[in-house]
Parts: sequence; structure tokens; C-alpha cells
Amino acid sequence: MKRRDFIQQTALTAVGGLLVPSFLKAFEYGRGITEQGKILVIIQLSGGNDGLNTVVPYTNDIYYQSRPSIAIDKTQVLRLNDDLGFHPALPKMKQLYDEGLLSIVNSVGYPNPDRSHFRSMDIWHTASNANEYLTTGWLGRYLDNQCNGNCPSYHAIEVDDTLSLVLKGEKTKAMALQQPEKLYKSTQVPFVKVLSQQTVDEHSPASYLYKTLAETVSSAEYIYSKAKVQKSSSTYGGGELGNRLKTVAELILSGVPTQVYYLSIAGFDTHIRQTDTHQRLLSNYDEAVSSFVQDLKSNGLLDKVMIMTFSEFGRRVAQNASNGTDHGTANNVFLIGKNLKKAGFYNKASQLTNLDDGDLVHEIDFRRIYADLLKKWLNVDSRQILGQDFAELGVV
Amino acid sequence: MSTNKYTQTQHLYLRAAFGETVEVIAEKADKKPKKLVRELFEQAASSKDLIVIKENPLSTEELMEMSKEEKQELRRESKDKIKELNLLWLDRMADSQAAFREKMTLFWHGHFACQSANVFFVQQQNNAIRKNALGKFSDLLMAVSKSAAMLEFLNNKQNRKDSPNENFAREVMELFTLGRGNYTENDIKNAAKAFTGWSFDEDGTFRLRQRQHDEGQKTFMGKTGNFSGEDILQMLLENKQTAVFITIKIYKYFVNENPPQELIKDLAEKFYTSGYDIGALMEEIFTSDWFYAPENIGTRIKSPVELLVGLRKQLGLTFQDREAQLLVQKVLGQVLFFPPNVAGWKEGKSWIDSSTLMIRLLLVGVLSKDGATWQAKQDGDVNTDFFAKKRLINIKGTFDLKGYQQVFGKTNPKNLVEEMASYLLQTPLVGNNQKLLQLKSQNSTIEEFINATALALASVPEYQLA
Repeated sequence: MKRRDFIQQTALTAVGGLLVPSFLKAFEYGRGITEQGKILVIIQLSGGNDGLNTVVPYTNDIYYQSRPSIAIDKTQVLRLNDDLGFHPALPKMKQLYDEGLLSIVNSVGYPNPDRSHFRSMDIWHTASNANEYLTTGWLGRYLDNQCNGNCPSYHAIEVDDTLSLVLKGEKTKAMALQQPEKLYKSTQVPFVKVLSQQTVDEHSPASYLYKTLAETVSSAEYIYSKAKVQKSSSTYGGGELGNRLKTVAELILSGVPTQVYYLSIAGFDTHIRQTDTHQRLLSNYDEAVSSFVQDLKSNGLLDKVMIMTFSEFGRRVAQNASNGTDHGTANNVFLIGKNLKKAGFYNKASQLTNLDDGDLVHEIDFRRIYADLLKKWLNVDSRQILGQDFAELGVV
Repeated sequence: MSTNKYTQTQHLYLRAAFGETVEVIAEKADKKPKKLVRELFEQAASSKDLIVIKENPLSTEELMEMSKEEKQELRRESKDKIKELNLLWLDRMADSQAAFREKMTLFWHGHFACQSANVFFVQQQNNAIRKNALGKFSDLLMAVSKSAAMLEFLNNKQNRKDSPNENFAREVMELFTLGRGNYTENDIKNAAKAFTGWSFDEDGTFRLRQRQHDEGQKTFMGKTGNFSGEDILQMLLENKQTAVFITIKIYKYFVNENPPQELIKDLAEKFYTSGYDIGALMEEIFTSDWFYAPENIGTRIKSPVELLVGLRKQLGLTFQDREAQLLVQKVLGQVLFFPPNVAGWKEGKSWIDSSTLMIRLLLVGVLSKDGATWQAKQDGDVNTDFFAKKRLINIKGTFDLKGYQQVFGKTNPKNLVEEMASYLLQTPLVGNNQKLLQLKSQNSTIEEFINATALALASVPEYQLA
């Protein structure tokens, strides 16, 4: 018998009946979460999206002087009000704006901004101060708060193969899955399946691993069983982001009680030859998100979902010598949903006159947005999760 | 099983290094721990530099003369060379007799977490850590604090608009020596003044820029004087809290995550009085009876690098594409030279989530089967997305299991699984695992069964424990 066959076939064939540990059953029925409540979808634009070319100050001379070759032409801008408009690649976002489903918060950032991808993303993920190093994510702490170690991991799902810090709590971690079928298949490898059914003494050092395994297998099976029934009939534009949002829509439609979905797309670090790249990225975003919103709308689910889009920093006001832009600071944040308390622009955009060595100065601390989402949307105590109180924003 | 001599011997090698082959365990199991520890020290006595580049490829003078394209090319090359350094270090961990020194270097690399895009500086710092890994912590602290990579990272790379030196001072106190809550903001402000002017030359040599240095009086930890940066570091070392902080960190990494207060007090006191002799501290830990107590065996979840290196050693694993090891590091959450932030890697249960656990369990199977194509998450930083790789990497490898035939070829087949498990696993096989694995002997030759069992044992969750 070949080595590979050994692994391929039932490496550990079950003897007699299969015993399913009792705590597995509890996960399957989503103990603690039986109903699909409000859902938060977070879209992370990795790399530092150029906010100034996304929401364009088309009447600002400084903007045009600072970006002689990459500024968005006044005539191309999709005007939203007398000062600001969208990059032409966002016609569907404009539609959402017109319908009152989009709120744009300008100049979002934090004190002592960090222009390193890793550091700034860590700060957004952990909701820390710029000089603090926290090792849990804000959504991970939300899970700790909600679950006390008792939720199934699919209470929050990251649509990716690996789990980001933002969804890692002290006791609870969310689930990372790019496609329900892919994860399910890996858990159904006979060898894995049999391992997941072993009963392990609580005091064995291996118990944590077996518990996590059992939970993963159970959650993967549950998610897959729900998702495969509910295939969305809509076609999604927007490339990879579109695919992932479609997966999210199918899960929401299937009724799984997942409360948070997290997605990220990369490519926004436009140091060089920004114009075409940024156009493509924004266009994908526009297509993908609008497909998602439309899908939810037509299924009467939009009022259940809040979508937040952010990036770890914006970019510098002046373009660089490579027809691109370098790492900056404050940026805009989009919130999409029905019944937003303040649709449209939450605040005015920067006049670009009061810059900090060429960079935008933040006006709104990003944690105020988190606080709003935690308090008003997810209905939890934001202070516990964020470590301090943040002034209410009043958007959600 | 926790008193089994094979498990105890493997315990030492897993903690002090990256585990050992079954042949070596068979050979050493009857020897006294003190002797084995002595051997480890002897083999790690000298420090050999890891070299991937001979000089700074990004020296300012040359850069100034270059075109934009040439500069980009240089930066790309530096990136590639860091990948090479990463792979070279893995080789060193897996193949060197001085694995003990490499394990210590890995530990200190996590402690003095730092990132740099300049491969020459990365290499320099790595070798400075290696050289001092088993020496005096005072020397190590000084060498790393003055390394170009660290100065660049904490002064400029972090890109803070507030005082960059305060950044450096804070990190040195919070993360490298005292730990949080043992200094005041005033201490940081004053220490920052003492660190002004700390810079480096093109070839990475430390240089004090006199003109930038603050020669005024600083008040630090209750003392006042015209302190230099070196003075500050010296005062931090004179503070016993540093010995306690470091001892706790070492205990948590090498023993278990719950350090008993009295024991730490004792170890820290000795560490302090010895002048921060790391080697002496490690020797005491590895030769103490409590180190081999059941509550310390199999209680550590292997970090991704430990797992990777351990598989190479224990299964004779060779990757078809060396660079696949970079992808494995990435998807499991630990890439050498790319710690997540200055606080290093979190260790322990944080290595495990639904995704990483599946990868760890399926890794050996995937390598021995037809391989698989994986893709890592892109961070968004154009500089490190090479780990995500637009082209999918094939993960396939070969295994050399001759050692298993040699050690277990004559073992009674009925006892094979149990025997082999005692060499490879630090905790007994749970549930029905042993029975189920043993069943497989029915349809294969002894040789096939031994090989298959080795691979199967490296695939169960128990193998993830060190």
C-alpha cells in the first residue's frame, strides 16, 4: 500500500459507532444565537486608498495645483454637492448617495498618525492609541464580550483563507473561510473527520486543539449546508470583491446567524502610475458593492445590513514624482445602509489649507465610528470593547 | 508516558532547539539531562554569521547617482535577498549542530522585533543577536539598540511626526527591558533626550551625531545628569525589574505560560547577580528537575517556524520549491524578519484558529500527496506582497524516513504505534487514535507501516505540541 493511499483513505478508520461529543451539537444549533439579527459587513481597502481622488474636492485650487497630472478632471467628477464629487468610476455609489443609502465621513483618522501599513492597520484593527500595542482585535473583543467563549466561530466570518488580527479575541476567534465548500471539503478529509470526533480529557494539553478542531469541522459543515442551498441568482460585477460579497449575500440569505462579515481587497498602495490602477480598483468596488446592495434590496434584507468601508490611511495631498501618491493620514469612511441617521456627508471635507507637513489632519477619530457601530448597530457596550468612551457620532 | 525517557529527552530538544530525529533520541535517551545540556552548549559554543550579502546595497552615495528605475531595482533586489536570508536561516535551524544557539536567536528575534527593507541591516542585526544570544543580556541589549535596523525602525521607519526618539525610548523600556508600568512619561521624555544623535553609517556602524545630541541635564529614574544613551541603557540594566521582566519572558517561552512567583524571583536574582548571563540562566532551567515535570511537557504549541523546522528534521522533509516555506510561514502567521509589530509574536494559543489549525493538520498530507496550490493574503504593502505571490506556489515535498526503519525496524509490530509515538509526541495519543493507527498494520509491510505511521503521527493535533 502506498504512503499516499494511507493518508488519502481513512487513515484513521472509525471503529464501531461514531461518538459525537455533546458540545458539538450545541454549536450546530448556534447556542446563544438563534436569530439572525443585525449584520455588519466591513470592507477593508488595503494599501491606503487615495481618498482625495475618491471623494474629489473639485472646486479646490490647491487640489489641482498639488496634482497636476493625476487630479480628477472637474468635468469628469460625479458631483454630489457644490464642493465634492465622486471619481468617475463610482456611478453606482453616486446612485446610493442619491437614494440616501450612503453616508460619507470625512477626515477620519487618529492622533499621531502612523504611515506604516502594518502599524496603521494594526491600529485600526485593534482600535488602539498610536503608541499602544494591543494583541486583540476590536471585533475579537466584541466576540469575547458577546460569547464568553461559547459562540460558534461563525458568529463572525472573515471571507479569506486566513484570519486577521481584527477578529481575534482573547478567548474567541472568528472563522476564516473564503468559500464554504473549500473549507468544508478540507474538514471532510477522512483523517480530519475522525480526529474531530475524538473525545479528549479536558486536562490534556491537546484539548484546546481538539476543541478548536471539532468546532471548525462543525461550523464548516453548518455553513456549507446552509450556503449550498441558497445560491444567489444575481450576477455580481467587481472581480474578487464581487465574488466574496456574493458569498456573503448567500450566507445572509440562507439565514445563518453570523453577525459580522469581514472582507479585504488589496492593491490600493498606489505609489506609481496611480490613474489607471485606481480607476480599476474603484470600478471593481463600485460594481461589487452595488451588486451586493441590490441583491440584499431585492430580497428585502437591506435594512438588516450595515456596510462600512475604510482604509488604513489616505494619501498625501501632493502627487509624487512617479505619477502616484505616497502614504498619508486621514481618509474618508463610507457607511452604507437603510435608515442611516445622517445620510450624505457627515462633515465638510478638508480645505487643504491646514495641512500637517503636506498631510491631511484628522477630524474624526475612527473609534467614534466603531463606537457607533457597536452601540447602535450591534447593541453592545462599546466602552468595554474599545477601552474608553468615544463621543457619539450619530450616523448609525 | 510523561515519565518515559524518550519523551523527556525529546522535551529538552524541543525546547532548547527544534526537536531531534528518532535516531538521536534513541542514542541519547539513556544519558543524563546534565550531560545532554552540556553537549548542547558545547555544540553552540561559537557563533557563525549568516551571510547573504557582503555590503550595503542601498548606500546613499550610490543611490544618489541612480535613476529611478535603478533605485527600484535595487530595492527589489534587497527584498529578494531578505527572502533568501529567511530561507538560509531556516536551513541553519534545521541542519546546524548549534541549533540551541539558533533557537535562542529566534527567541531574541521575537523579543527585539524589528523590520527593515535593507537586507544588509537585517543581516547585521540577526548576526549581532546570534553572537550575543547566549552571552550577557547587557551586551545583547546594547548591540541591538545600536543596530542600524533598530535605529531605522524605531526612529524613522515608524514615521511618527511626534518625537521619534521618544518612540525609541518608550519601546526600549516597555518592550525590551522593564515592561509596562515601571517608568513614567517623564522618564521617557528624558531618556529620549539622551538618545538624540543616535545614528548609523552607510555600513551600519553606529555613530553618534554630536550636533544632534542633547548635552543637557536629564532626570531619569530619580537621578540627574548629562546622561548619554548608553547611560540610560546601563541604568535600565541596573534596575532589577529588567532581570525580572526578561526572566519571566524566557520562562514563558521555554517552560510554561504560568511562571510561579517564587521561582521567578529566585531565577531573576541569579540572572541579575550573574551580570545578566543568559547561558547560565538557560543552563539552570534545562538542568532543573522541575523543567522535566509533567506539567511542563507538551504544554507549548509549536510556533510556525518551530513546526516547519521540526518537520524538516524529524521527517527529513525537503520542499520541492524552497520558497514554499515562505508561503507556509505566511499562512501560519509567522514570517522570519517580519514580526507583526514591535511587540513581536503573541505565541501560544494565538497561533491557532480555524484556518491555521486545518493547515497544520493537513500540511504533511498535502506535501506527500500531489501537493497543493495555496495563496496567501495580500497585506496591501507593495513591498511585502511577494509573499502573497500572484502565481500560486506548489507545495510539494519529499520525505527521508530511513532513520525510522533503523530505529523501529526490529520493534514488535503490535507496539509500533505506541513506541513511535513516545519518540515523536509529547502527550499520549488521545481517544482511539492509537488503536486506529495500529489497525493500519494489517494491510502493509512493516516498512510501509513504519513510514505511514511516521507521517500520520506528524499529522495529528498532538504533534503540534512541544
